[in-house]
Amino acid sequence: MSNTVEISNLEVTFATDGGDVKAVDDVSLTVAPGEVLAIVGESGSGKSVTAKSVLGLLPETAVSRGAIMLNGREVIGMSGKRLRELRGVDVAMVFQEPSLALNPVFTVGWQIAEGLRAHGKVSKRQARVKAIDILRRVGIPEPEKRVDYYPHQFSGGQKQRVVIAMALVLEPELIVADEPTTALDVTVQAEILDLLRRCRDEFGAAIILITHNMGIVADLSDRVAVMYQGKLVEEAPAQQLFDAATHPYTQKLLAAVPRIGSGASRAAARVVDREAAGGEKDVAPVVVADNLKISFPGRFGTAPFRAVDGVSFSISPGEVLGLVGESGSGKTTIGRAIGGLNKVTGGSLQVLGHEMLGFKERKFREVRSEIGFVFQDPASSFNPLLTIAQCVAEPLIVHGHAEDANDARSRVDELLEAVQLPRAFGDRFPHELSGGQRQRASLARSLALRPRLLIADEPTSALDVSVQAKVLELFAELQRDLGFAALFISHDLAVVDMLSDRIAVLYKGQLVEEGVGSDVLENPQHPYTQRLLASLPVPDPREQAERREALRSLTAVD
Amino acid sequence: MTTTPSRFMTVWRKLPIVRQVRQAVGLQRGMLVAGLILTGIFLLTALFAPLLAPYGFSQLRDDDGPFGAQVPPGGAHILGTTVGGYDVLSRVIWGSRTAVLVIVVAVALSIFAGVLLGLVSGYLGSWIDRVLVVISDAVYAFPTLLLAIVAAIAISGGQSSFWGGVFAAAVSITVVYIPQYFRVIRAETVRIKSEAYVESAKVIGSSTPRIMFRHVFRNATRTLPLIFTLNSSEAILTLAGLGFLGFGIEPSAAAEWGYDLNKSISDVTSGIWWTSLFPGLAIVLVVLGITLVGESLNDLADPRLRTRRRADQSAPVVETAALRTVDLEGNETPIDPLEARS
Repeated sequence: MSNTVEISNLEVTFATDGGDVKAVDDVSLTVAPGEVLAIVGESGSGKSVTAKSVLGLLPETAVSRGAIMLNGREVIGMSGKRLRELRGVDVAMVFQEPSLALNPVFTVGWQIAEGLRAHGKVSKRQARVKAIDILRRVGIPEPEKRVDYYPHQFSGGQKQRVVIAMALVLEPELIVADEPTTALDVTVQAEILDLLRRCRDEFGAAIILITHNMGIVADLSDRVAVMYQGKLVEEAPAQQLFDAATHPYTQKLLAAVPRIGSGASRAAARVVDREAAGGEKDVAPVVVADNLKISFPGRFGTAPFRAVDGVSFSISPGEVLGLVGESGSGKTTIGRAIGGLNKVTGGSLQVLGHEMLGFKERKFREVRSEIGFVFQDPASSFNPLLTIAQCVAEPLIVHGHAEDANDARSRVDELLEAVQLPRAFGDRFPHELSGGQRQRASLARSLALRPRLLIADEPTSALDVSVQAKVLELFAELQRDLGFAALFISHDLAVVDMLSDRIAVLYKGQLVEEGVGSDVLENPQHPYTQRLLASLPVPDPREQAERREALRSLTAVD
Repeated sequence: MTTTPSRFMTVWRKLPIVRQVRQAVGLQRGMLVAGLILTGIFLLTALFAPLLAPYGFSQLRDDDGPFGAQVPPGGAHILGTTVGGYDVLSRVIWGSRTAVLVIVVAVALSIFAGVLLGLVSGYLGSWIDRVLVVISDAVYAFPTLLLAIVAAIAISGGQSSFWGGVFAAAVSITVVYIPQYFRVIRAETVRIKSEAYVESAKVIGSSTPRIMFRHVFRNATRTLPLIFTLNSSEAILTLAGLGFLGFGIEPSAAAEWGYDLNKSISDVTSGIWWTSLFPGLAIVLVVLGITLVGESLNDLADPRLRTRRRADQSAPVVETAALRTVDLEGNETPIDPLEARS
């Protein structure tokens, strides 16, 4: 049987302010019916553009050359009308952010039916019956009732199910899934991957899966295409790629993926180091949280929302505590409370001997020089109008260590070198740096006053894997050299494992498990931790298949 | 241009308006250039009014005796004379001076107060914010022209000297515009307040004034040039409206287009077209020019509204992959789009 899609010598060029940019360069790919092809690559590698050009979904500024045959029809150069006939019936798309892909003012039933109405006459009742049927098949409970729900009444994972239902309703032969689980939590991600697998098995659809996560690739795909700077560097069956990658880029990419279990030896080495340094066992902890409660005021008439509910932990000097949890678990709130950005509403939180309950900004300002903070989003954590050197010098100026940015320049240069950035970068503006470089500069800024405590709030979640690996390495190195205590917040267990001495797992505002890294990860006690661990896809198809089974048995018990 | 541009050229290309003209494409460029030309003519006319105008704005007679009322265009009076016996061309040219002055004074007065209030209100929040927002909403609720009339009466007290008139008009416009600047800056401030770089400044321990003026202020005022141009055209309309209703500047103090329009109402029905057409045309063209500049700048500042040339298939491609490259070691090299341009 012929292939569903045949892309040959595709080239896509974008017109930008900086001149023409070639996003995709001579890419040839095929997808057979019922096959899952994963396109992997880092941001800017052209993977999304390649997949979107199959649907003819490129912006006006793009010019594509080459050929894309979809079921024997040429997509490039097709008129808008023909393309519309094609979309939905032959090829459908699942977007990255389900809350943005659904229109908030229409019911999900209406939105599913819209696809049906666009391709032929359907009565209201028929459309409704079909919508209910498809919702049931993607695993939405009580579809008869929920077909009339609005998107905000669904959780994130359910929204993605609805988006997949919209894609499936016309039974297309090809589904293009653009990072379908990136916006979701790990445990939800496992469910959505399961659903996509069923799309192929039950609906017989071929899938083009775009992702940067090697674990997802191992979980779902039959064949993998690796893209790098707009070019296709390697294409192989999944098992073969993971066993023996031939292209050096693929090898580097696979090596950069953080794996659970790599951190135990590091943590042990750190403990030895610390004890050798003088066994400071009786030193007062840097942070002590005792039955900490943080709640946000609800809207008028509603109860306040309790984000953190009775959490107790402590961080000793020089220790790295990893805080793991899904979105909404309260991990960021705890980090922000330690940094004095959120108010503590109950219990007790001691930061460097300063009580944060009922805190006054004026009194706390002195303590701030001892705390560094690294934010999640490197794009917005620098004032876009100041140069990197001015940004890094800010803490020095504010705390009176320097008159102005020029005065602080020598110290700034030292700091930039410490985070392995060339001195000349100090004169650049934040937008002239890449994400990884900005995150390093952010680290430099937070370390400017030699803090005793560093709070890192998901510092690498916005970065590509290979860049993430570098930043994490740098973080570990600096921590070893400077010996600051750190609270490392992340949703990624593998990342936390690489850096932390102890790991604390948060679930719905409560601390469900805390302990030495290797204990928590190898022998999790709480069912939530077990599920979290089992949901994390590993970059090896064979091992991942086993883990999938393990997860299934875990969730069956619930 | 293909060789290395001189230092002067690189500086020239980065100047505010020049950069936008170079950036614009097609219709957007046409709009911007047309707006710039109209605005340029307006400003030059105002600057060189004494040289350009054949007569003074309040001149009723020359060596040959009085001009005469409602003289048709031609001869000594290219655009004719008004019912009051003034030279229409001279009045139109001198009127541009009044317009520029009123814009400058009105915008200068409202921009400082509006920006400061917006910044304080947006950043500090709490009761200050609520009170200021209610006041500005209340000002919005009044018809702007009515408010301007009240302010004009209160300020000039019925008297009308040149500067008194200009200030009356400017201050009455100011009253209406402070809430606009306040609103825009406040909205921007509230948005910027939650940006990570403001929070990082807080975590560092910066004082509130330092955060407000070093981090928030400069980022919040980026859209000001756009509002500035749009508001200038509205200021002219308000001034003309005031003049038309008789609250403007007396003809002996300065030339004012709205006043001339008012006096020409009766002419329209008796077939005397020149007394109303030219001041009206002046208002329309100036407002059109400034609005075109404002709207084009607005569109160009927004990457989603900015049109670009289509990628040229035959032209050499500047970059191969994206705005940055990641080498095999995981080191990134971003390419600055501005530097990449030859």
